[in-house]
Amino acid sequence: MSFFDQLIAFLYAAILASVPLLYGTLGEILIEKSGNLNLGVEGMMYLGAITGFLAAFLMESALMALLFAFLAGMAGAALYAFITVTLKANQNVTGLTLTIFGTGVANFIGETLKENYPAGTVVVADHVKRALLPLNMGALSDIPVAGRLLFSHSILTYLVVLIAIGMSLYLNRTRHGLNLRSVGENPAAADAVGINVSRYKYIHILLGGGICGLGGAYISLVTAVGNWQPNIVGGQGWIALALVIFSSWSPLRAVLGALIFGALSVLRLYIPKEVIDIPGAIFSMLPFVVTCLVLVISSIRMRRENQQPAGCGINYFREER
Amino acid sequence: MPERATLIDRLHVVQRGELTPARTWAYRLLAVLGALVTGGLLLLFLGLNPFSVYATMLRGALGSAGMQKETIKLMIPLCLATLGVALAFKMRFWNIGGEGQICAGAIAASYFAYFHNGLPSWLLLIVMAVAAILAGGLWGLIPAYFKTRFGTNETLFTLMLNYIVMYFITYLREGPWRNPEGGFAAMPRFTKQARLPEVPIPGVGNVHIGWIVMLVMVVALFIYLRHTKQGYELTVVGENEMTARYAGMPVKKIVMRTMFISAGICGLVGMLQVSGPDRQLTDAVANGRGFTAVSVAWLARLSPGGILIVSFLFSVLQKGCSMMQTEYRIPASMSDILQGVILFFVLGSEFFIRYRIALRKEARA
Repeated sequence: MSFFDQLIAFLYAAILASVPLLYGTLGEILIEKSGNLNLGVEGMMYLGAITGFLAAFLMESALMALLFAFLAGMAGAALYAFITVTLKANQNVTGLTLTIFGTGVANFIGETLKENYPAGTVVVADHVKRALLPLNMGALSDIPVAGRLLFSHSILTYLVVLIAIGMSLYLNRTRHGLNLRSVGENPAAADAVGINVSRYKYIHILLGGGICGLGGAYISLVTAVGNWQPNIVGGQGWIALALVIFSSWSPLRAVLGALIFGALSVLRLYIPKEVIDIPGAIFSMLPFVVTCLVLVISSIRMRRENQQPAGCGINYFREER
Repeated sequence: MPERATLIDRLHVVQRGELTPARTWAYRLLAVLGALVTGGLLLLFLGLNPFSVYATMLRGALGSAGMQKETIKLMIPLCLATLGVALAFKMRFWNIGGEGQICAGAIAASYFAYFHNGLPSWLLLIVMAVAAILAGGLWGLIPAYFKTRFGTNETLFTLMLNYIVMYFITYLREGPWRNPEGGFAAMPRFTKQARLPEVPIPGVGNVHIGWIVMLVMVVALFIYLRHTKQGYELTVVGENEMTARYAGMPVKKIVMRTMFISAGICGLVGMLQVSGPDRQLTDAVANGRGFTAVSVAWLARLSPGGILIVSFLFSVLQKGCSMMQTEYRIPASMSDILQGVILFFVLGSEFFIRYRIALRKEARA
C-alpha cells in the first residue's frame, strides 16, 4: 500500500473511531450548558448500547434500535435529572452512580442473553446491520479521496455532524439556546427574568442523555458490528467527558476534538514500528494527557468564554439565593 | 381565565431545620429498604424468590469463616480508600482520583518489591508503604496545586489523572516490568519478603495486616477531624472558604496539605493491595474502588465510623453477589445494579431530610 493510501485509510479509521466519542461529547455539552455536570456519560452510553442492541436483535429493525437507544439514554438521564434537579442531590455522586448502574444493567442483560441463547446466535441480523454500517453511495463513494472520506459512512456519522451543527446554531443563535446558557451560567438571574430553570434543565439533560444513548448504539452496532461483548463501551464515555473540556463546550470544536482523539486512538495501527516505536499503552494515555494540559492551560488563561458553565455542579434552590 | 389554586400550585418546597440524628438515619434506613424492595421486584421479575436470593447473598458473604475472610479482604481497600477521599470531600475538594492514586501507590510499592527485595522483609514493607504514600500523595498534589494556583477544576482533573496512571501500569506490564518467563504479558509475583504478614482476626482466621491498618486509620481520622487544629481548619475551608480566609487561615496550604493526606491514604491502599491479596502488580489493582469510594463516602456522610459500616455493607453486597452468581447463575453485574439502586434511593432520600414539602394556603399569583 502506498503512503497516500495508508494516509487515507488512517483518516477513515479516525473518523470511524471519533463518532461515538462525538455523540457522548455533544450530549454532555448540552447537559453541562444547563448547569449540570453529569459524570454518567459512560453509563448512558452503556444503556444506549445494550438497548439498541436488544432492539436490533429482537425487533430486527435499525430504526427501532436507534429509537430505543435514544430512549434508554434519556431514561438514564431522567433518573439523573430527577435526583439532581428535583431532589437536589449531589451531581458528582449521582453521575458516578449512573455510570455504575448503567454499566451493570448493560453487562447484566448482555450476559443473560448469552446464557439463554445458543453460543454464536446472539448476533444482529445482517439486513439490520447493513442499514447502519458504512454506506456505499455509488458514484459519490467512488470519487477519489473525497468519496472515501466524505461519502462512505454510516448514517449515524452524518447524523452526529448534523447534531453538532444544529446544536451550535441552537446555542448561539436562538432565544431558547441563549436562555439555556443563562440557566447554566447563573440560574438565579435566569429565574429572575422568568425563565423556568427546572424545565430547561430537564429538557436538555434528557436530550443530552438521548444523544449519549445513540453513541452507545453506534458502539454496539457499528464498531462491534452487532456482536455484544462485555464492557463494550470501555471508557469511551470518560474520554467524551475529557473532550467536552478539550472542545471548551463548543459543539463545532467538539467535532474537531473528536477527530483528533479518534485519530490518536487508531494512530498506533498506522505508524510503522520502524518510524516511531511508542508502546500501545502510552498511545491510549495520550488523550487524557492532552485533556489535562487543556484543562490547566485554559484555567491559566482564564478566558471566561472557554470555561465550564459557572453553575455547573451546584444545584439551584430558589430560596437559597 | 379565573385563577384557581390547584393542589400542584400550592405545593412548595421549604428547607427544614436540623432533624434529629435518629430521624435522619430512619429516613436513610427507609431508603435502603426501598432499594432492597426494588431489587427484590427485579429478582421476582427474573423468576427468582427474592428472599432466598437475599439469604444466599448473606450466607455467601458471612456464612463461614472463609467467606467472612474474603468479605473483609474486599472491605480493607474500600474502607481505606473511602477514608482517603472523604477527607478531601470534607473540604469540598472533589477528589474523584482515588482510583489513580491507588495505582500510583501500587506502582511505587511494586518498584521496591521488584528491584530492592534484598532488604529484610520488615524494612522492605515499610519502605514500600512510605513510597506508596508519597507517590499517591504527590499524584494528588498535582490537581491540588493547580486548583489553588489557577482555580483549575479538580473534579475533571483528578478524573483524567486516573487514566494516565492506569495506562502507565499497562505500559509497565507490557514493557519494562513484564515477566520474561510468562507466556502472556503479566508482571512477576512478589518474593516472600514483599508480602504482608497475616494476623489472625478472632473467629475468622488469618487476614493480611491491612485490617489493623484500616481500624487504626478509622480511629486516627476520627481524632484528626474532631480534635486537631488541622482537622478543624479543613472543615472550615469546606464549609465556607471566605470564612476561613477572613479568619486568617492559609487556605492554599490547607488544601494542599489535606489533598496530600487524602491521596496518600489512597496510595497506601495500592501498597496493601499489591503486597497483600494480589502479590503482584496488575492492571486491576484499583478495580473501581476509587469510584465506589466516592459513593461510600457520600452514603456515610463523611464520618469515619459511618465509613467503616457502609464499606462493610458494600463488601457484603459485592461478595454476596458473587455467591448469587454461582448459585443462581445470575451475572455478577447484578452487584453493580443493586449498588446503583441503593445509591439512587439514598441520594433521593437526602432531599426529604433537608427539605419538606409544604402546602400553601393560597396559590401564587
